Parts: sequence; structure tokens; C-alpha cells
Amino acid sequence: MEIYTLLREFADSWMLLFLFSFFVLVVVWAFRPGSTKAYEDTASIPFRHVDAPARVRGEAKPAASKEART
Amino acid sequence: MAIVLMQINAFEAHVLHLKHGLNGFHVALRIAGNKAKGRKMSNYIKLIALGLVTLFAMIGTNYARDLAYQVHAIIVMLVAGGLFLYTLRRTGEPQPAAGSLQNEYFDSVVRYGVIATAFWGVVGFLVGTFIAFQLAFPALNFEWAQGFANFGRLRPLHTSAVIFAFGGNALIATSFYVVQRTSAARLWGGNLAWFVFWGYQLFIVLAATGYLLGGTQSKEYAEPEWHVDLWLTIVWVAYLAVFLGTVIKRKEPHIYVANWFYLAFIVTVAMLHLVNNATIPVSIWGSKSVIVWAGVQDAMVQWWYGHNAVGFFLTAGFLGMMYYFVPKQAERPVFSYKLSIIHFWALIFLYIWAGPHHLHYTALPDWASTLGMVFSIVLWMPSWGGMINGLMTLSGAWDKLRTDPVIRMMVISIGFYGMSTFEGPMMSIRAVNSLSHYTDWTIGHVHSGALGWNGMITFGALYFLVPVLWKRERLYSLSLVSWHFWLATIGIILYAASMWVTGIMEGLMWREVDADGFLVNSFADTVAAKFPMYVVRGLGGVMFLSGALIMCYNLWMTVRKAPAKESSLTVSVPAE
Repeated sequence: MEIYTLLREFADSWMLLFLFSFFVLVVVWAFRPGSTKAYEDTASIPFRHVDAPARVRGEAKPAASKEART
Repeated sequence: MAIVLMQINAFEAHVLHLKHGLNGFHVALRIAGNKAKGRKMSNYIKLIALGLVTLFAMIGTNYARDLAYQVHAIIVMLVAGGLFLYTLRRTGEPQPAAGSLQNEYFDSVVRYGVIATAFWGVVGFLVGTFIAFQLAFPALNFEWAQGFANFGRLRPLHTSAVIFAFGGNALIATSFYVVQRTSAARLWGGNLAWFVFWGYQLFIVLAATGYLLGGTQSKEYAEPEWHVDLWLTIVWVAYLAVFLGTVIKRKEPHIYVANWFYLAFIVTVAMLHLVNNATIPVSIWGSKSVIVWAGVQDAMVQWWYGHNAVGFFLTAGFLGMMYYFVPKQAERPVFSYKLSIIHFWALIFLYIWAGPHHLHYTALPDWASTLGMVFSIVLWMPSWGGMINGLMTLSGAWDKLRTDPVIRMMVISIGFYGMSTFEGPMMSIRAVNSLSHYTDWTIGHVHSGALGWNGMITFGALYFLVPVLWKRERLYSLSLVSWHFWLATIGIILYAASMWVTGIMEGLMWREVDADGFLVNSFADTVAAKFPMYVVRGLGGVMFLSGALIMCYNLWMTVRKAPAKESSLTVSVPAE
């Protein structure tokens, strides 16, 4: 089989299946149980560490947000 | 030579060690001492490398086979030679210890990036406005400037100046700002960020001078020749290293969504750049090169590159900007973080396939252009999902639209994003494309995206960044921001509307046949019919440019005159 045909057959079978299922898994992952709570914390990352980097290694969660949020 | 250097260094280290021991210095100081020694060693390596580059550029200046290459060799010679002298003067001088810097952000490079963005923006808009009038009034292609400043030479200068100089600097500056804040860590790699900034400016200067002197490989948005491409590759790898290094050493457990978009932009642009610029130079002393792809494959690679330059440079990168600056300016987190994840994966999985829609009705196989068309249409979903996510971030804070012209700017940019990502897929449908292709409709579409989405979100980011980076309480004048907003918006509307009219008119005139099946209009007929719309388009450009000049004045006065933010320095010591 010439290499073009080989690659094309692979591309529109296994590779397509892989990419599609990867995408479906991402969607499922985004809606996993408990994700809402986790993402609330993640979504507020821009409101922490505004003026300086985190100081202590490993202590990722700050005690309080530095910027008032409405 | 190397052995002698190493011995000197070992001796110095020994002296340092003794000193430290005698004085009972802190361990940190000894580390700083070792670092200084390392820096001294790297200075010697730098000097050797810079000397070799200067020598090579000198030889290149002599043997250059064309003017563009010769001018580039002179530029490289001056830059490398200047850096050689600068490094030489600093070698052996005591260097300040760098240990404490880890507790602050690396913002000086972002400040330079903001200035470069504003500067290249004005240059790019100015050239764009000028060439718009060149199309309306061909006499502006001056006789004395033929071969340097006629439309054909200035047009790539305009596109690259706005996309890569203005947009690229905006992306580099904001990505450096955002990745530090959202990773709670200083930029990785020390002065490597400076190398990225200045290296990128050198790339811009080389590309721009190359276009004017005819050193181009005639690939849209990838015009720079092989030697400039190689330099950009080096700079881009350094950029990836700085960005990824910062993400890796982050203190936040999660990588914030803006960084995902920025990273996709950096990685994909690297891949596109390498594949589309796979050329073999004719001579090492000349700028001419030959691409390894042939015929329709070359066209496909070019538009795979071209459309993903839109998809990853102008969309993914700027979405990274949106996902940080819109929540910051609205002072509320993004509307739906889940949607942002799906937005990201859907966008990058689909965009990469959309390129073939640039090659409808060509030698490209039908299945390939149908594939490109279908993926373009499916792109409606993530594009509009992202638009909704951006707009709905303001839900509950819509009143800010009345009070805050900066958020107004960001909102209209998201609006233009939605509009142009609706128009684009529509134009990619083969039947629509048969009317729109090769007409000014395409140019109007590109500009509603570039001026509306990329321009406006960048202006919004600049208005956010300048007071923060220069520690000012607020912008100098909000009413000037409003002036900028309206000038830019009306300018874009004039631009897009005139291009719709002229594009569709042109498309219809080209396909008009009489009863016997002969074409009714000659090409020159369409050119003559387009004149009024070209003047309107040029006026739109003038308005957009004046808005940008007002912005520059406002930002300058913000740094000079706006009240300083005193509290930030004393309170900024984090409590965590």
C-alpha cells in the first residue's frame, strides 16, 4: 500500500476515533461530580497574588483574597 | 584559553570562599557569589558567541548577493557588535545578587512590551491608512519611491506590522503579565524574557526592512526569508521556555484557562512556522530560498499556516487575553469555567482543519476543501460559546457599560469577535465563496476581526495594564478613552460597510454575463466603480488611527500626570 493511502486510512479511522473520544472525555471530565466547586476556586485565580508571587512553597491557597469582589 | 579561564574562575571562587568563611557570611550570599561566578563564565561564552556573529555578519555584508541580505547583515553586525562591547564593559563588574527578586514579579519587560505594542500599533495603522489611500489614489505610489514604497512593498509591511508587531508584542507582554499573576510565580529564566522581547523587536525590524527591499518569499503572513525565519525560531523557543517554565513552577495547583490559550498559541505557532518555512536557501550569502513543498501541497501548507495564524495567533492568544482582562476589569470571575474548558478544546480541535476553505475552486481535491468548509462551519459552536462566556461575565454588572469606557471597549471587541466568527464560516461555504473570493469582502471580514476583536481587546488590556504597571491610581482621562472608543468603532463600521458594498458589487460585476454568454465588465470597470468605497475605507482608517493616537497620549499622560498609587508598595507584602 502506498504511504498516502495508509496514512489516510489511519487518519479517518483510528485517529479520528481517538480525537473524538478524547474530546468527549474532556466534556465529561468538565462536568464530573464536584467540578463546580473546584472550578469556582480556579476561576478566582486572577483575583489572588495581584502584587507579588506566593511566598511559601507548597502553600497554594492563600488565607484571603487580596481584592474585594462584588 | 578555556583552561586558563577556568583556572581564573576557580581562583576567584576560592577567594570568594575564603572571604565568606572569614566574615561568616550567610549561606545565601555564598550562593549569590557562586551565581556571580557562573554569570562571569557565561559572559565569556556570550562574548565569544557575539564576536563570532559579528564576524559572520561582516563577511555577509561583503559577500551579500542582494540588497535585503546586505542590509540585514549590517543590522545584525551593528546589534551583535554593540552587544559585544556592552558585555565586555560589564565583565568583571560586581553584579547585584538576584536572590530576593523571586518575591516580586518581573514587570519591567511587560512595561517595555506595552510601549512596543502602542508604538508598533501606530506604525501599522499609519501604513495601513496610507496604502488604503494608495488604492484610492494611485498617484500616491510615488515615482521616486518605486521599488520601495509602492503598494506591493508596503502591503506586507502593514499586515506584518499589525499582526506580528502590534499583536505579537501585545501577546508577549500580556502573556508574561498573566502567566505570572495566575501562577503566583516570577517569570522563569531570569533575563531570558529580555532576550525574548528584544529578539522579537529585532525580528520585526529585519522583517520590515526585508519587505521594503524585496526580501520576501511571497507567502501571505509568512513573508520573511529563511535567515529571518531562523532567528524567529530561536526567539520563539526562548519564549516557549520562559512561558512553560513559569507554568511549571507555578504555586497555584490549577493552570488558569488563559494560560491554556496562550500555550496553545505559542506551541501551534511554532509548529506552523517550522512547516510553512521549510525552505532551502539558494546561497548562505543571499536571502533567496526555495520551498520544499511543490504545487498544490505548497498551497495547502500555506493556507493551513495562514488560517491557523488567524486561529491560534489572532484567536487563541487573544482569547487568553480575554479570559484574564475581562474578569479583572469587570471584577468578577468568568461566567462559566466549564464552558471555558470546552471552548478551549473544541476551538483547538476544530481550527486546525479549517485552512482548505481558502482554496475553493482550485487544484485542491474537493474532499479537502469540503473538509475545510465543514470544520469552519462547526467552528461556529466554540466561537459563539466563547463569545457568550466573555459577554456573560458581565452579568450582574451591566451598569459598568455606562460608567467604564474600558469595559465598553472589551465588550465591543467580544461583539466583533462574535460577528466576524459568524461571517467567516459563512464565507467559507463554497457557494458563498464563489461570490466573495478575491473580492474586497474578504478584506472587510479580516478587518472587522483584526480591528474590532484584536485591536479593541488589546486597547482594553493596555488601558488596564498601564495604571497597574506604573502604579497609578487611575487613567489620566476616561473621556479620552470614550473618544478613542467612538472613533475606533465608527472607523471600523465605515471600513467594514464600505468593503461589504464594494466586495459584493465587485463579485457580482465579475460574474455578470450578457445574453450571448460574454462577460459584461472588464476588470478596470470594477476598479473604477470601487473608487468611492475606497475613499470611505481610507477615512475609516484615519478615524481608527486617530483613536490610537489619542490612546497613546492618554497612556503617556497616565504615566506622567495621574496620581501615584502610594499604598500599593507598602501593603503589597503578602500576608499568606
